[in-house]
Amino acid sequence: MVEFYLQLNPVVQGVLKGLAVILVIFPIGGACSMAERKVSAWIQGRPGPNRAIVPWVAWIPLVGTFLQRLGLFHVMADGGKMLFKEDALPGHVNKFYFVLAPIVAMIPALTTVTAVPFGAYLDSAGMVVPLVLANVDIGLLAVFAVSSLGVYSLILAGWASNSKYPFLGGVRASAQLISYELSMTLSVIPVFLWVNAPGMEPTMGLGRVVEFQSQPGFWGGAWFLFIMPVSAFIFLTSLFAETNRQPFDMPESEADLVGGFHTEYGAFKWGLFFVAEYAHMLIGSGVFTLLFLGGWNPLPWIPLATFVGWLSSILPIAGHPIFVGVLSITIFLTKVLAMIFFFMWVRWTLPRFRYDQVMEIGWKKLLPLAIANLLAYAVGIALLQS
Amino acid sequence: MAIVPLERKPLTFAERTYIPQIVAGLKTTWKHLVRPKQTLEYPEQRPAIPAGYRGVPTLVKDPHGREKCVSCQLCEFVCPPKAIRITPGAIALDDPTGHVEKAPQEFEIDMLRCIYCGMCQEVCPEEAIFLQNQFSMTGYTREEMVNRKARLYELGGTLPDTHFKWDKKKAAEDHGNALH
Repeated sequence: MVEFYLQLNPVVQGVLKGLAVILVIFPIGGACSMAERKVSAWIQGRPGPNRAIVPWVAWIPLVGTFLQRLGLFHVMADGGKMLFKEDALPGHVNKFYFVLAPIVAMIPALTTVTAVPFGAYLDSAGMVVPLVLANVDIGLLAVFAVSSLGVYSLILAGWASNSKYPFLGGVRASAQLISYELSMTLSVIPVFLWVNAPGMEPTMGLGRVVEFQSQPGFWGGAWFLFIMPVSAFIFLTSLFAETNRQPFDMPESEADLVGGFHTEYGAFKWGLFFVAEYAHMLIGSGVFTLLFLGGWNPLPWIPLATFVGWLSSILPIAGHPIFVGVLSITIFLTKVLAMIFFFMWVRWTLPRFRYDQVMEIGWKKLLPLAIANLLAYAVGIALLQS
Repeated sequence: MAIVPLERKPLTFAERTYIPQIVAGLKTTWKHLVRPKQTLEYPEQRPAIPAGYRGVPTLVKDPHGREKCVSCQLCEFVCPPKAIRITPGAIALDDPTGHVEKAPQEFEIDMLRCIYCGMCQEVCPEEAIFLQNQFSMTGYTREEMVNRKARLYELGGTLPDTHFKWDKKKAAEDHGNALH
């Protein structure tokens, strides 16, 4: 089957990969929107959406009730509503750019997924090979470069809506995303300074970062969260700002800007913005997991290869590449979903920052901290590796 | 009252980083997240109705099954929104309760007009009309929202009685006051 796939025309391969990405991101986006409603409900002492049910599922005794209580069918009801309701196009908008904006929002969100490794398997030599759709050497740089294009969709939406609140939302989005991108990029440089030790082939690949967190020994096995806590903190904070999540959701800011950049949007076009936001969160969490939380290694100081070694001493089938692949993807996804839960938990805990506070945190606090952090680690790494 | 000048302390470094406050907030929301839910899931679970609740007005029967209303029309007269309409009727003399003489032939309460004030219950000399526990009253047409006599008795049921006024009257009529 692998041979058959590799024989296909590269264009067909690309289309298949693209379809795979869409088929994964859209359901996860839907599940995230439901998770958001459930987490908010639980934090507010409510059970959350738990009524919708398809009759033939309701006939299954315990499972049916469980799925109903979980609100699983509300995802489908929501999705169906989003697809089939009237997609109004206001008369005062610039129609071409208005329609273009949600498409521009989706493209970077779906493209960046390809450069993020999501699992690994052991080849016949016992080496850990990362699973990634497009194994490019620029790795993280590609993710940053493409994901920052997402801001154009917000600006475009704000401007094309030709109405004051979306416009303000778009302006805020552009200022905020550019401010926090600086700190975000600066915060990950120490990781790559450390990973690209002298004498190694230089790379920005995320696979190498995980490989570095799977080495034997106390310092080798430690996740970068423990070695570089300040970097992790800056990256996480910037991630919140970059994905427009509370407490940094200035572009949306429903209290003062109605709905921010998507005030004039509804139905499917609004849904696309929504999925794009969740896709950004998903990719951001994935990158954070790879950089600072050890990627697909189950626990700090216990790399995947060791874990699989233990498992295969109990269960001989555990060494099979497919089993290892599924195991690593499960571990990685668990961490990513835990991160997404953290995003939601924070959202329902903190109030929104004021706009001037957002700017002050970005420029006067995070940026100097990121620069100081970079300098300190640069000097430290230079001394250690010389 | 004396004016107390409050000293505004400058924020400490830890406070200016927001981190201790954020951690405290996360702890609070986590506690709420794991705590049992507060929601009463309505159609399946019903709230406990406190005593003296003023729900839908109903007509009641006494423990012997006699309809208590004697169609005096006081409730019709007192009803502020004029929701009650009574058509008085006579009880046949050979009936066991013939001495009561009157009973409503038709009794209508228009629930689109009723304001649940409870004045009908207060004014009733026979303790025949009560605002009971039913709090949800729905229908698709105006007709459905008018409670007629049969429906009013169905909603009201039987309530305990301490007086048995008409039984005593009948006893007095038959035997004189000596018996009591």
